[in-house]
Amino acid sequence: MPEPPLAPALRPFEAVGGWTIGIVESLGRFGAFFAEALAALVTPPFKVRAFLDRINFIGYRSLLIIFLTGAFTGMVLGLQIYLTLVRFGSEAFLGPAVALSLIRELGPVLAALMVTGRAGSALTAELGIMRITEQIDAFTVMALSPMRYLVAPSILAGLITFPLMTALFDVVGIFGGYLVGVKLFGLSAGTYFGEMQTFVDLGDIMVGFWKSLSFGVIVTWVCTYKGFNVGHGAEGVARATTQAVVMSSVLILMWDYFMGSVLQ
Amino acid sequence: MIKVEGLTKSFGRQAVLRELTLEVATGTITIVIGRSGGGKSVFLKHLVGLMQPDAGRILVDGVDISRMRGRALDEIRRTYGVVFQGGALFDSMTCYDNVAFPLREKLRTPPEELTKRVEAALGQVGLEGVGAKYPAEISGGMRKRVAIARALVTEPEIVFFDEPTTGLDPVLVNTIHHLILNLHRRFRFTAVVVSHEIPEIFEIADTVAMLHEGQIVEVGPPAAIQSSTNPVVQRFIKGEPDNTL
Repeated sequence: MPEPPLAPALRPFEAVGGWTIGIVESLGRFGAFFAEALAALVTPPFKVRAFLDRINFIGYRSLLIIFLTGAFTGMVLGLQIYLTLVRFGSEAFLGPAVALSLIRELGPVLAALMVTGRAGSALTAELGIMRITEQIDAFTVMALSPMRYLVAPSILAGLITFPLMTALFDVVGIFGGYLVGVKLFGLSAGTYFGEMQTFVDLGDIMVGFWKSLSFGVIVTWVCTYKGFNVGHGAEGVARATTQAVVMSSVLILMWDYFMGSVLQ
Repeated sequence: MIKVEGLTKSFGRQAVLRELTLEVATGTITIVIGRSGGGKSVFLKHLVGLMQPDAGRILVDGVDISRMRGRALDEIRRTYGVVFQGGALFDSMTCYDNVAFPLREKLRTPPEELTKRVEAALGQVGLEGVGAKYPAEISGGMRKRVAIARALVTEPEIVFFDEPTTGLDPVLVNTIHHLILNLHRRFRFTAVVVSHEIPEIFEIADTVAMLHEGQIVEVGPPAAIQSSTNPVVQRFIKGEPDNTL
């Protein structure tokens, strides 16, 4: 039996209530999706071929963009930090300043943002197209779990490739800073790398490592979820892809602040 | 036997299925006809467990699958083959790998037997030699036939066809229908076909069920449906224009 119409004065409350319930439901679905993916990740049969394919898709194919952005980020850091430090006669600290900025902060964040733009969006679009062309339903009706074949391998690949790509970003970035500081401004290579060894310790590297690991989970989780729950048609795929990139990027920056506060 | 009792489904305020009741006898071809947007595909999605009804039951050999989830439902699905409207072939795989996929992943078929069965399945749908091609490299009709080969390669007991001839020319429509009929004669599966290809479907159906406004309004052998006095059935068969539009 249809419900009687609500008094006009109560309608705003109904709207707020409906909106809140919608948000809570979405968060619940988002969490349940991750729990289901984790269950598929830790229980056999393991889909090694699908996992290797995802390593290639998320990691290997992102190498060029990581290399380019890492190099130029390091060069920009080298340039700006040198020009600042030289005012105080402290240019000897260029190496540790570049390295700490990259290892603790910029490496994990920028590498994650770059991979989100390149691989995360493609992951959402690919799964979205599979959803609207009923390819995901085809897995289900074959009594095969699409989570096991499509989502769990992506999340595991994210866990492994994000720290590796962050490490590459850091190394290339430090070399970019070296090119500017040593080759362009004439700082000695010994000073650049020697001071780095003094000021950068394992704790700094672990901060970057934990950040990149968590970003790998966030990006693959958000992007596969959005692809799985795409709307109708090409417009639905386009919207899901945009949402996946925006949501992943915002979550990366928010989580980065949280991790930065916790892992001091 | 598949027995559907009082199946009801709504999306928001729109009732798509309204206490739908139908019986599908084992080993027969039952074709569900009805206008586009009338709930045929939604009905089929309930039968294969992709949707859960608001009310009603779906009994497959006496087992109610309408509330089933997880492994129990997967056990039932192991006896299924499904041909989706657009084929739903995996883009990233060749036609051979598409057909081999359920054998490899579902039945763990050994490699030497797998090759024989995949080649035989592609041969049965007249597609020898296209195994190496990707779905994007073949025509729509060929894709439908690869989808049929993939659905039948595991020798399922029940096969569901969701508008298997949509978008094909009349020659291909007849080709696909006769392919379904020939494969049915050979493997004796129970077939549920959702279609609106009139009058071609009357040649291959054992039973025709007319779905209208969420209910089965007429069901019977093709001859009985063709001679039905129900105006809804007659309008659909004759393709009379809808004056309400």
